[in-house]
Amino acid sequence: MPEHQEKSIVLSIERLSPSVYRLTLHAPLIAGEARPGQFAMVACGSTLDPLLRRPISIHQCSGDGRLQLVVKVVGRGTQLLSEIRAGQTLDLLGPLGRGFRLSPGPVALIGGGIGIAPLLFLAQSLMQTGQADASCRVLLGAQSGEDLAPLAAGFETLGCHVELATDDGSLGRHGLITDLLPAHLPNLGKVYVCGPHPMMAAVAALCASAQVDCEVSLEAHMACGLGACLGCAAPGADGRYKHVCKHGPVFKAEEMAWTTR
Amino acid sequence: MDNAMTIPSQPDLRVALGPLALANPVMTASGTFGYAAEFANLVRLNRLGGVVVKGISLEPRAGNPPPRIFETAAGMLNAIGLENVGVKRFISDKMPHLRTCGCRIVVNILGDSIDDYAALAGHLSAVAGIDALEVNISCPNVKKGGVAFGTAPEMAAAVTRAVKQETDLPVIVKLSPNVTDIVVMARAVAESGADALSLINTLIGMGIDARTRRPRLANVIGGLSGPAIKPVALRMVWQVASAVSIPIIGIGGIGTAEDAIEFLLAGATAVQVGTANFYNPGATEQIIDGIADYLRQQGESSVQAIIGGLRLGA
Ligand SMILES: Cc1cc2nc3c(=O)[nH]c(=O)nc-3n(C[C@H](O)[C@H](O)[C@H](O)COP(=O)(O)OP(=O)(O)OC[C@H]3O[C@@H](n4cnc5c(N)ncnc54)[C@H](O)[C@@H]3O)c2cc1C
Ligand SMILES: Cc1cc2nc3c(=O)[nH]c(=O)nc-3n(C[C@H](O)[C@H](O)[C@H](O)COP(=O)(O)O)c2cc1C
Ligand code: FES
Repeated sequence: MPEHQEKSIVLSIERLSPSVYRLTLHAPLIAGEARPGQFAMVACGSTLDPLLRRPISIHQCSGDGRLQLVVKVVGRGTQLLSEIRAGQTLDLLGPLGRGFRLSPGPVALIGGGIGIAPLLFLAQSLMQTGQADASCRVLLGAQSGEDLAPLAAGFETLGCHVELATDDGSLGRHGLITDLLPAHLPNLGKVYVCGPHPMMAAVAALCASAQVDCEVSLEAHMACGLGACLGCAAPGADGRYKHVCKHGPVFKAEEMAWTTR
Repeated sequence: MDNAMTIPSQPDLRVALGPLALANPVMTASGTFGYAAEFANLVRLNRLGGVVVKGISLEPRAGNPPPRIFETAAGMLNAIGLENVGVKRFISDKMPHLRTCGCRIVVNILGDSIDDYAALAGHLSAVAGIDALEVNISCPNVKKGGVAFGTAPEMAAAVTRAVKQETDLPVIVKLSPNVTDIVVMARAVAESGADALSLINTLIGMGIDARTRRPRLANVIGGLSGPAIKPVALRMVWQVASAVSIPIIGIGGIGTAEDAIEFLLAGATAVQVGTANFYNPGATEQIIDGIADYLRQQGESSVQAIIGGLRLGA
């Protein structure tokens, strides 16, 4: 599964909420090979500052070479990405990393905030391959309804059963999405989760005690995305460091050490 | 009449680092290109002058806790902690692919003691497919209270002699820039028998998060690399080239052919591309092509003609 350095063309950019943007790109090489949970290293600017590419998950791909990214503006690199315009080019390196391992049976997808972005691709693949059906649970949370609604769109039309929660109670349940998980756990074969680290740690712990398989998608500061710089270390359960860009970003929860942070 | 002159042909890019002949002067810098396999889908490895692999120690090293990297203005700090698979697994797991790269393979070595360096040189000398050793002396000498080998001329000289004694491979010694006078270090190493020098390694730096009042790196301090360090590296290469007669490999912030050419003009015989591999994986091939273009434009038939070609004075 080779990586490509591809000069993609920006087809459109839409603002989904005050800080979240969806970029639709023409990137046939990467779109043709990407799997759910993989990411691209995106060159946000055209100068030497900011210097490094930013890791961004693949949100959706289509057979005609289109690829979508959903970006939350948190700093300089993502700010530059939000300012890109249709017709411009965007230099991508991808598809990178090890994605979700699709397995048949009753599953739940749990996403928090911008961590919801890679889950749509996963849900599509699970539903289209028939490995999941209407029993597929999608539990999504964010700070407010304004943040959550645009990210949560698309799952229901796939036929998944969607439940929402917000910190401020403006959409769905008032509280943490992880509070909704225990009720479902007895019926689940596997849980996929992507979101803030404390949320993933909580889901990993719940799954471990219920003996349900759990896959987590981790974040780390990255320079290369290729397994070369060794900058993206995360502690594994075996006491050794894993490299998030190469061994991950998706890991089996039990592979990782969840003690600190 | 003399129409052969009018069509510029492919310039001769070959250079020699003492006993080590390279097809062109562009190599990859240790720690920024993994063991080459990581870039095999993105770079035609057989086009490179050489690959310098991630630093290898006698035993595997786990490296530092995260965060290990932090981006700075036109640069980055790293505190990887010399994570590597150790010499045994390097030979069994990494060398088979490296032998197929079709370019020079240089193995970067590091140790806690002079004996470590000597033992590594001994081990690696017996391995087919290795063209040279590069000795990273920017590591702490555990027996000398953790002072880096590369910051004391007598220790740098002792490491160089110990490695030379154990191997017939060409030995490149990689200098640390974190010294008062780089020329003193270069002379000490050259007089101890090094075949070539490479410089510079990273400059020690630090980052602080004002909001949390915490260091940006778990290790607190780390090595600065990338375009930000180029002027310092260029100055050091020029000073060393003016002082020693063995060949020099210029390293530090090289991302374009123009950058590389500046180092050649300052007196480097070859260059290594480091951090640029991260932000532009195609950098090395673009630099090779760009050097050839420059030579054609300048009417030079070989890269050798511009090495040390800096014009001083009026
Ligand atoms: C595998 C992976 C997938 C990701 N997918 C998405 C996505 O689909 N959408 C999205 O909006 N964000 C995603 N992120 C997070 C995104 O990479 C960061 O928000 C982004 O790098 C921040 O850059 P900045 O310049 O805006 O912020 P700054 O804080 O100015 O960045 C400074 C430095 O820190 C690094 N950094 C800061 N925050 C993070 C972070 N959370 N993770 C990794 N590096 C960080 C930057 O890359 C940069 O080198 C993903 C991260 C990873 C590791
Ligand atoms: C992530 C990273 C890891 C590195 N690891 C090593 C190493 O193992 N051994 C070594 O001698 N130099 C190492 N270096 C230093 C580089 O080889 C090079 O000397 C330095 O980065 C300056 O060049 P640059 O500005 O082109 O990156 C490393 C640099 C970086 C950025
Ligand atoms: S980001 Fe470079 S090894 Fe993972």
